[in-house]
Amino acid sequence: MSLVGFYDPLAALTGDASGDTRSMLQVVCFTIGEENYGIDIRQVREIRAWSATTSLPNTPEFVMGVINLRGTIVPILDLRARFGRGQSEPTKAHVVVIVAIEARMIGMLVEAVSDIVTVPEDEIRPVPEIGGSDAAECLNGLATVNDQLIALVSVERVTAPITVH
Amino acid sequence: MDELDQLRQTYFQDCDELLGELESALMALDNGRADGDTLNDAFRAIHSIKGGADILHFDRLVRFAHTFESVLDRVRLGRLIVDPELASLMLRAGDAVADLVRAAQAGVEMPDGYENEIADALQSLAQAAGTDATIAPDDVREPAAPDEGAAAVGAPLRHYRILLSPPADLFRQGNEPQLLVRALERLGSVRTAADASALPPLASLDAEQCYLHWTIDVRTTAGLDAVRDVFDLAVDKGDLEVVELTDQPTGAVGAGTQDTVAAAVTPASTALPSDSSPAASPSGGSGQGAQLKAAPTVNSIRVDLEKLDYLVNLVGELVISQSMLAEQLSVLPTDKFPALSRSIEELTQHARNLQDGVMAVRTQPVKSVFARMPRLVRDLAVETGKNVRLLISGETTEVDKTVVEQLFDPLIHMIRNAVDHGIESPAERSANGKPAQGTVRLSAVHVGGRIVIQVADDGRGIDRERVRARAVERGLLNADAVLTEEQLDNLIFLPGLSTAATVSDISGRGVGMDVVRRNVERLGGRVLIRSVAGRGSTFYLSLPLTLAVLDGMVVGVGSETYIVPLTVIFESLRPQARDVHRLVGGGEVLYVRGEYVPLVYLGRTFGVPDATREPWDGLVMLVDADAGGKIGVVVDEIVGQQQVVIKSVEANYRALRGIAGATILGNGHVALILDVAGLAESVDGAVRPSAAA
Repeated sequence: MSLVGFYDPLAALTGDASGDTRSMLQVVCFTIGEENYGIDIRQVREIRAWSATTSLPNTPEFVMGVINLRGTIVPILDLRARFGRGQSEPTKAHVVVIVAIEARMIGMLVEAVSDIVTVPEDEIRPVPEIGGSDAAECLNGLATVNDQLIALVSVERVTAPITVH
Repeated sequence: MDELDQLRQTYFQDCDELLGELESALMALDNGRADGDTLNDAFRAIHSIKGGADILHFDRLVRFAHTFESVLDRVRLGRLIVDPELASLMLRAGDAVADLVRAAQAGVEMPDGYENEIADALQSLAQAAGTDATIAPDDVREPAAPDEGAAAVGAPLRHYRILLSPPADLFRQGNEPQLLVRALERLGSVRTAADASALPPLASLDAEQCYLHWTIDVRTTAGLDAVRDVFDLAVDKGDLEVVELTDQPTGAVGAGTQDTVAAAVTPASTALPSDSSPAASPSGGSGQGAQLKAAPTVNSIRVDLEKLDYLVNLVGELVISQSMLAEQLSVLPTDKFPALSRSIEELTQHARNLQDGVMAVRTQPVKSVFARMPRLVRDLAVETGKNVRLLISGETTEVDKTVVEQLFDPLIHMIRNAVDHGIESPAERSANGKPAQGTVRLSAVHVGGRIVIQVADDGRGIDRERVRARAVERGLLNADAVLTEEQLDNLIFLPGLSTAATVSDISGRGVGMDVVRRNVERLGGRVLIRSVAGRGSTFYLSLPLTLAVLDGMVVGVGSETYIVPLTVIFESLRPQARDVHRLVGGGEVLYVRGEYVPLVYLGRTFGVPDATREPWDGLVMLVDADAGGKIGVVVDEIVGQQQVVIKSVEANYRALRGIAGATILGNGHVALILDVAGLAESVDGAVRPSAAA
C-alpha cells in the first residue's frame, strides 16, 4: 500500500537531501588498486574486516574459500582476481563486503570501502564495449562522482560462476 | 501470502495428518478391529477434511467426502457391517480422498469421473442401509449424520447462535471473518451483527487490528459439528461459542445479549449431537453444556520448521561461542579465578542441555512412517497372492523430523523386497512345513545414539547361488571369486542386480536396493542384511538420530582441517612403504591383509599445498565409499573425534565433489566435511576397487 503524497520511505532512502526529484541510487564505493567500484547499497548486507578463510577444493582462483558468518557458511570472492587483476594478498586492512543475491550470501574481498555516494540514475552511463572483456561484463554501468569514475558492479554477474550449478 | 493462502496452507498441513489417521483407522477396520474408537477416528478425519474443503470451495472433494462420511456413519450406527469387501472399498475411498486432496493442493483437477465408481458404490451402500430420514424417525433431535448439510431433505431446521470474539491479531494470523460467514451461508440462512463497541476513534485505529465481535445467527439443517467445523481452522476454540437455540423467536440479531444467550445454553444443550457417543440417549444432561464452555486444553502447538531451524542454528552458535570462551579462559590460572571457571563450567552444561533440548523439539516418532506400511503390505500381498502379516513394534521411537522423512523410501523398498522376494507363496510355505501366512516384522529401536530399523521376514532367505550367478553374469564379480556368505548377501546392494525369477511390477527391476543403500549412506546411515536359507532375511537400517549433527573424525591435511564421518571409517593405519604399489595409469593401491585398496591423497585431490607426500609419513584411513567399495584416504594426522554441527555449503555456493558440508570448529574456523563416496569417484577410472582379489 503506498501513500501517495505522504512520506515515502523508499524515496527518502534513495533520494538525496537537495530536493532533487530524480530517481537516485545509493552506492557503496570501494577500491581495487587505483580503481573505484560501487555496489547498489540495497544489495549490501554488511561490511566486515577480513578474516582467514577455509579453502574450498578445486575452485577457481578468485574463490578464496569460506568463512563462518554467525553460523552460516559464506563463500568469499577475491574481486581483484575475479576482474583478472591477479590474486590479492589479504591484509588486516582488507575489507569483505557481504552481498545478498536472492537467498544467497556471498562475500567480496576489496581493498577498502571509501564512501557511500548518491548517483542520479539518469547519469549512469552504459559500459562501452571493449572487446568482450569479462570484467566489463560484470558491470552495470559507469558513474562520475566528484570527478571520479565509479564502475558499478553487477553482483549477479560477478557471482554467476559460483552460484550456477 | 494472503489470508486465503494461509488458510489453504494450514488446511493441507492438517490434511496430511488427517489422511494418515484415516488410513490407520481404515486399516484397523480392514483387520476386523471395527470398534467405536476406530470408527470415530475415521469419521472425525473425513469430517475435518470435508469441513476445511467446504470453506475453501473444493466442492468435488466435499461431495465425495460427504458420501464417504455417510457410509461411515451407517457403519457407526451398526446399520452396515464391515465385511472384507466394504473394508476394501473404504480403503479405496480413502485413497480417492487423498488423491482429491492432493489435486486440490496442486490446483489441478482429477480426471472427470475419477471418483465416480467408488462414490456410486458408497452411495448405494448408504442408501441400502437407510436414508437419513429413516435412520432415526423417532428422534428428530439426534440425526444420524450431524452435518448432513443443507442437502439433507426432511431434516429439521435448527437455529444456532454463534458468538465470535476473535483476538485482536485475527487479521495478522491470516484469517478473514468474511470467508467464515460465506462458508456458513452455504449451510443455511445467516444473519450477522457486529459489536463495534470496542472500536477506537479513527485517529487511534490500527487497521490491522480486529476490534469487532460478531453475533451470527444461522438457520440450517446441518448439525452443530458442521457449524463448528466452519471455524475449525480459523479460530481458537476459546474465541468461539456456538449454541443451539430452542426454536423460540429470537428477534433481531444483536439484540440477544450475552445473558440471554447463556440462558439458552442449558435447555438447548440436551439436543446437541455427540460425536463420541452417537447412541447416547437424547437426554444427555447438562454435562455437555459445560463441555461446550470449557476451552479444550491444547497440549501441542504447530511451529514453522524455519523458526525451529533458526533456533537450532542459534544454539549451535552459542555452543561455539561458549567453547571459544572456555578456550580463552583456559590459559588463566584456575586457582586465581575459581568462581569464573565454575561459571564457565555451568555455562557449558547449560549450553549442552539447551542444544539437546532444542534438538529434541525436532524429534518425531517414526510412527508416521510406520503407519503407512500395513497398507503397503496388504496391497503387496493381494498383488502377489501371498498371505502376509506385518508386525510392528517400536513405532514410538523418536528421531529428527528430517530423518523420519528420509526413512520412507528405504522402508518401502525393504518391505517390498521382503514380501516380493522373501515370503514364499502359501503353497510353497505349506510344502516346506511353514505356516501358510508369512510374517514381516518391522521394528525400531535406539542403539547408542542411532536408530536401528529392522525389517525381518520368515521367507526363503537369499538364494546365494542365484545372486552369485547373476553377479558373475553381469560382470560384477569374477567367476572364481571366493566370498563369505555375508559378502554374497551384500551383493544384492550392487546396482543392476535383481534375482526375482520374474520381473514383477513390485520389485525385481534391479533398481531399489542399490538406491536404498546409496540414499541411506548419504544420510550417514548403513544398511546390512543377514539371511538364513529357508528361514528368512533381516535388513538392518541404522541411521543417525539427527541430520543436524554428526560424529566425525577431525583430520589434518597440511594446514587444512577436514571432518570424516565416523560411520564410514573402518580403521586407520600407518602403512609400510613396501605395501604401497603404484599401478600403470598413475593410481596407487595399498596392500592390507590380502586386499588391494585404492588410495586417495586428500592433499593432492583437494590441492592442499603443504600436505604429506607419502602415505607412510602420514596415515591412511580405510573408509567405506559406498559403490566405490573400500578406499584408503591419505591424511597427515588425526586430530581427534568430535561431534559437529552440519552446515550447508551449497546454500551459498554450488555443490562440490567430495564435500558433504561444513562445520564450525571450537576456534570459530570452518572445516569441510568429506563425502567419501564422492571422493571415491575421483579414483574411478584410475583404479577400480578389486572385489575380492
